[in-house]
Amino acid sequence: MGNFDQLYQALTKVDGFIYPNELELRWSVLITLYPYITGLVAGAFILASLNRVFNVKALKPTYEISLLAAFAFLCVATMPLISHLGQPQRFYEIMMTPHLTSAMAIFGFVYLWYLMAVLLLEIWFDYRVDFVIWSREKKGLLKLVYKILTLGVMDTSPKSVRTDNKLGYIITVIGIPSAFLLHGYVGFIFGSVKANPWWSSVLMPIIFLFSAMVSGIALVLFLYMIITYIRKQKLDMLCLDTIGKLLFYILILDFTLESLDQIHRIYEAGESFDIISLLMSKLFFSLTIMQVLMGTFIPLAILGFFQFHKPKEKIRKAAYFIISILVLVGIFFMRWNVVIGGQLFSKSFLGFTTYKIGLIGREGLIMSIVWIIVPFIILTFLLWFLPPWKKAHIEDK
Amino acid sequence: MKTEKDKNNSRREFLIASTAITGGIVLSTFLNPFKSIAEAKSADSTKDTIKLNDKNVSLAKDAEKWWGFGFDIEKCIGCGTCAKACKEENNVPKEPFFFRTWIEQYTEKNDGTLKVQSPNGGIDGQTQAVPSEDIFKSYFVPKTCNHCSKSPCVQVCPVGATFVSPDGVVLVDEKYCIGCGYCVQACPYGCRYIHPEKEIADKCTLCYHRINKGLQPTCVEVCPTGARTHGNLRDKKSDLVKFLKEHNCHVLKPHLNTGSKLFYNGLSEEVR
Amino acid sequence: MPKQLTRLIIVFLIFISLFLVVRHFLVPESFYKFGHYRADALKDNEDHQVKYIDAAMCSACHTDIDSLKVSGPHKNINCQTCHGPGYLHVEDPSKNVLIKPTERAFCGKCHSLNAARACNIIKQQDIAQHNIDNKCVECHNPHQPQP
Ligand code: HEC
Ligand code: HEC
Ligand code: HEC
Ligand code: HEC
Repeated sequence: MGNFDQLYQALTKVDGFIYPNELELRWSVLITLYPYITGLVAGAFILASLNRVFNVKALKPTYEISLLAAFAFLCVATMPLISHLGQPQRFYEIMMTPHLTSAMAIFGFVYLWYLMAVLLLEIWFDYRVDFVIWSREKKGLLKLVYKILTLGVMDTSPKSVRTDNKLGYIITVIGIPSAFLLHGYVGFIFGSVKANPWWSSVLMPIIFLFSAMVSGIALVLFLYMIITYIRKQKLDMLCLDTIGKLLFYILILDFTLESLDQIHRIYEAGESFDIISLLMSKLFFSLTIMQVLMGTFIPLAILGFFQFHKPKEKIRKAAYFIISILVLVGIFFMRWNVVIGGQLFSKSFLGFTTYKIGLIGREGLIMSIVWIIVPFIILTFLLWFLPPWKKAHIEDK
Repeated sequence: MKTEKDKNNSRREFLIASTAITGGIVLSTFLNPFKSIAEAKSADSTKDTIKLNDKNVSLAKDAEKWWGFGFDIEKCIGCGTCAKACKEENNVPKEPFFFRTWIEQYTEKNDGTLKVQSPNGGIDGQTQAVPSEDIFKSYFVPKTCNHCSKSPCVQVCPVGATFVSPDGVVLVDEKYCIGCGYCVQACPYGCRYIHPEKEIADKCTLCYHRINKGLQPTCVEVCPTGARTHGNLRDKKSDLVKFLKEHNCHVLKPHLNTGSKLFYNGLSEEVR
Repeated sequence: MPKQLTRLIIVFLIFISLFLVVRHFLVPESFYKFGHYRADALKDNEDHQVKYIDAAMCSACHTDIDSLKVSGPHKNINCQTCHGPGYLHVEDPSKNVLIKPTERAFCGKCHSLNAARACNIIKQQDIAQHNIDNKCVECHNPHQPQP
């Protein structure tokens, strides 16, 4: 049987004893992507909300970008999950007969709530007046689409805009805890598996939340620089520095929490300690090098340095760009270490299986690259369809 | 020719009609959860059993049956017949990484280390890899689904495709499982796998198709030494209750509080 | 109430009722009957084919072997433990011939020396030493192996 070749190969590489059914890693790279993408959504949204709720003016240039990025990634967030299912066509059952004790079933509703009640509404309130204006300017199909999107509210008076802003503000206030919930919940999906000591931790949702914020902020930083470059505009250095500072603080928090989790585990040294310390050495590349060194220490060092001394703009720009990529990659490996690392060791605590990512197939590399690229395509479309730089500024009146 | 008013009228009628239909369905959906209560009531009168597809399936709490397993480690000779027969009986893929039941050989060495092995789940028989002068103690541990009453796997199933049956057997609904693999992650005993052809979760059913016909599960049937017992925990005269009475039994990983119903006689503390 | 809000509420109500309508048709009929699962799944699980049949059926035709076996040490071993599932064989014995495992390794699965096997449960022989030139069945009748 050709399709078992890989598993037969893995069988020869088993280290120690594993339960026979544990040879195959059930959750592979696609499930790594799922918390990663959801994290980007939550993080980007929280950045947008900071701008609005706490009125951080310096972040203004990134507001719409973060909203649209959050939306683009949210559209795709469940796709890795669905495409990894054995029976993807039965996916609707999660919404039809959700099993209330299952973290995954409730996630469906948390997701819908976040998509429908928070993100879409916030974007709608933000863009409603523009929909009206664009529906008057544009022709043909586009005109119709914009018109439908106004839901028939054609009022462009300053009073109606004020109402939009007020309602949008309320939505943002609801949105922040929702974003926390969305990603904390993803952490709970792993943190609640008592069979797996690598996952089962009360800190898991919080760690996921803060790493989500870190990755979301890095994403917005990255997107802002790219988009500004493509539009041949000038980067707002104050904005970049503010994002950098925010990233620095949250990265510290995130790193503290993760260290706390590990230190607690090492000090407690429960029955799973031996296997977990072995696991950490097995994850040397993805954990020590990629997650801790590249994804945390180097960005922290550079950002920390910038807090005391600010070099020339050009250097800062380059540094921010590199940091955003480092952090994005680092957080991806954080998810990798959780999802893949958690399945490498046997629940008998007596050995390890191996994992080698395949190129093609449903759970292969190509599939996951597709799910990483699609959000960027959606974002490009959104930026064309809802260009933030062409928004009317009635609210200023 | 229709006038403008007529048009409006027919449109309004259509709107009213469709709203009424939708509303009716919505209302009946709200009532749906209560349907089971109503049905359970009527079932009460027919002595705790409901007729289900011409078969009497008993209701959960006061059912006469509550199935469980009892394995005697002292009697197991590790021949692997159970694992082999199980694969044949239940169409489990023959590859050495899909098992509903398997046998592990534990060897505690004189130097205090532990060696555990289960080549091909023990189906081809086991050979002792440790030289006999190094062996402190050695024994076989047959493994299968624990049919937990507080199953972690049932708890996490997002759609309700796996469940504890009214008679205490953890089953998978082949036509409803979405194959997400969350239950595979949640099972502390490694008893579940995703069936490579059916793409759904698969596991021991305690031979539900046999025990309901008065037969024994295949693994119990073929065991040459009677190391496996199965029976009804609610029947004071069943084999399993007798087994539990005569032996000092333990379950695997009791600290996880899974409510395991697979009881081992002679279980060593090393076994996980 | 601002017009935005009323419009949104209408959109949401439409969405929710659509969801409920869809749900009405997609939830399987026997769901929730006994709990959060399809009650018909019990029946599905019951309907599988029984392959390892009741061993008493073998004795009906193979009376000689059965009476031989009950007097020997293999008396508690099911015929299908050695011969494999018999559901097809009982329907048409000449077409569906069962396996006859005569190789030494087969007996060895149970009888080879292994520290994990309790001596009071099973008699063991070192397969590499015990009369290596012949098959086990040449000296031991598998149905009455006492030499
Ligand atoms: C309906 C009567 C019947 C039943 C029941 C039956 N057998 Fe047979 N069996 C036969 C007959 C007839 C033959 C001879 C067939 C032949 O040689 O073509 C046979 C042959 C065999 C053989 C020898 C095949 C060979 O290659 O020589 C074995 C082994 C065997 N049966 C095992 C079993 C077992 C185990 C069972 C119980 C599951 C069983 N039989 C039940 C009628 C039966
Ligand atoms: C310990 C394993 C074992 C068990 C248990 C066993 N058999 Fe056999 N049986 C064998 C082997 C091995 C042979 C092949 C003997 C040979 O070829 O010399 C055999 C041969 C046979 C044959 C072929 C005719 C013959 O005598 O060689 C029949 C028929 C048969 N068995 C029926 C049964 C029935 C019926 C039972 C249950 C009552 C049974 N066997 C139980 C191992 C077993
Ligand atoms: C499925 C496991 C199994 C297989 C296969 C099996 N046996 Fe046995 N055998 C047993 C059991 C169980 C006993 C009874 C316990 C005992 O040894 O006292 C037994 C008893 C015996 C005895 C009697 C020991 C004594 O003096 O008490 C002999 C001889 C024997 N088997 C030979 C064989 C031969 C030859 C084969 C191969 C055809 C064979 N067995 C295949 C399980 C098996
Ligand atoms: C040359 C004939 C012959 C062959 C071949 C043979 N045996 Fe034996 N076996 C004997 C005799 C004779 C005895 C009784 C004397 C003894 O204990 O050595 C015996 C005894 C046994 C016993 C009982 C030991 C005890 O402690 O009572 C077992 C079990 C056994 N054999 C298994 C096997 C197995 C398994 C094979 C095949 C791998 C096999 N025999 C092959 C002749 C044979």
